[in-house]
Amino acid sequence: MHWIAGLSYVYLLVTGLAFWSPYLFWLSDLVGGGPVARFWHPWIGVVWFVAVFWMFTAWRRDMRTTDADRAWAQHIGDYIRNQDENLPPIGRFNIGQKQFFWVMFYGGIALLLSGVVMWFVNDIPWEWLRHSAVLVHVVSALLTIGAFIIHVYMGTAMVRGGFTSIIRGEVSGSWARMHHRLWYEQIRGGRPGKREGA
Amino acid sequence: MSQATLRVQKISGHAGSIPGEGTQREEQVCKLVDTTTCIGCKACEIACQEWNDLPFATTSFDNTYQTMPHTEWNFWNLIKFNEHPKADGGFMWLMRKDQCMHCADPGCLAACPSDGAIVQYANGIVDFQQDHCIGCGYCITGCPFDIPKFNPTTKKVYKCTLCSDRVSNGLEPACIKACPTGCLHFGTKDDMRDLAQKRVEQLREHYGFENAGVYDPPGVGGTGVIYVLHDVTQPEAYGGLPSNPSISWAVRLWKTPLKYLGNLAMLGGLIGVTLHYLRFGPKTVKRDEEERRP
Repeated sequence: MHWIAGLSYVYLLVTGLAFWSPYLFWLSDLVGGGPVARFWHPWIGVVWFVAVFWMFTAWRRDMRTTDADRAWAQHIGDYIRNQDENLPPIGRFNIGQKQFFWVMFYGGIALLLSGVVMWFVNDIPWEWLRHSAVLVHVVSALLTIGAFIIHVYMGTAMVRGGFTSIIRGEVSGSWARMHHRLWYEQIRGGRPGKREGA
Repeated sequence: MSQATLRVQKISGHAGSIPGEGTQREEQVCKLVDTTTCIGCKACEIACQEWNDLPFATTSFDNTYQTMPHTEWNFWNLIKFNEHPKADGGFMWLMRKDQCMHCADPGCLAACPSDGAIVQYANGIVDFQQDHCIGCGYCITGCPFDIPKFNPTTKKVYKCTLCSDRVSNGLEPACIKACPTGCLHFGTKDDMRDLAQKRVEQLREHYGFENAGVYDPPGVGGTGVIYVLHDVTQPEAYGGLPSNPSISWAVRLWKTPLKYLGNLAMLGGLIGVTLHYLRFGPKTVKRDEEERRP
């Protein structure tokens, strides 16, 4: 699930940046040339959105903000400074992850809708719609790119074990207890052994 | 008019400067369309199709003298027909030759992301170079006159070229050559403006058209195609000619401030995470003795 979303997003990022700036237009040559990139960008966009929607159906309940999140958010400075000892426990996803999820979900809807208008621009007679679609697409893309930068950084460099978890589909018990104690206790309370987390 | 008039002065989607940009412009060419003497014979439509080897276009009959609903990838030049009721109870048939306006400040060129897909020559003609076109349709969004049209088979966009191939060989565009009433004129911008002005004075003094005028919109820096209209205060009556066209604020916002802000934000993000890593490093999980089983 994660890899479909991640890899398709990277393709969209590369082709999107090529269309965004003349200084980055050469990126389209890396993926088969300008017209090819223009052809595939919207299709891969649909693939990405389907993956995001799949995540939505799987995790929408897990992604609601709880009181535990609000308590944790008070100590966000400690989290950023890597002083995790002072943090109250949280569930399967922390509030940053939840916010990332919603940014990608709502950003994804905006990108999809504006993207469809741009995809079939020749058939859109309303000038205001063409203009607004371009602006919505660009702003949503920039927001998801910013979120993506933070997400990849945190998943790879900042939180050890993050990247491994999306390759193996599992995390160790001590990792879960440190980072997502409430979820760890919820799992451990029921049955022993490791639990899958995609 | 020689090949020298096809020296390029503006290039779409171009990273860096353009050689020859800002050089003294030679003669800017201009097509003058006098709507007051157009009889709607469509010779210009046929001439354009013939010269550019465009295949027949399918159309739909709308009970008027208009050939097509709008221009198409294979129909670049269209006489737009309107019945216009006058204030004194009579009505007029308004016929306006619709095609690319060859703006001095082209919206299509500003919007295009592909290097060299749209160029503007020293003589003012704006030309699409389909070899570099990626078929994204940004030009369709950028054009204030809704001119570029997409071909779904070749996935490229097409429009009137002001017969750049004829012009660079000393000939007038095909439409001008074909016009039987002489309502189409071709020459330098200055000459065409003078001619237009003379016609406008004639319309005002001798024909009672007090609002006659020349349509040469300053919002796009002036155009390579100018119109003499019976009533320049109502350009919309002539098949939806926009009254004060300019490149939309949305396109300007997209291509200039938003671009710098977006690039700054992305770069800032990358620098930010690098600095965070250098300052705080990664989180470490204590591989601990607490892993007990219940």
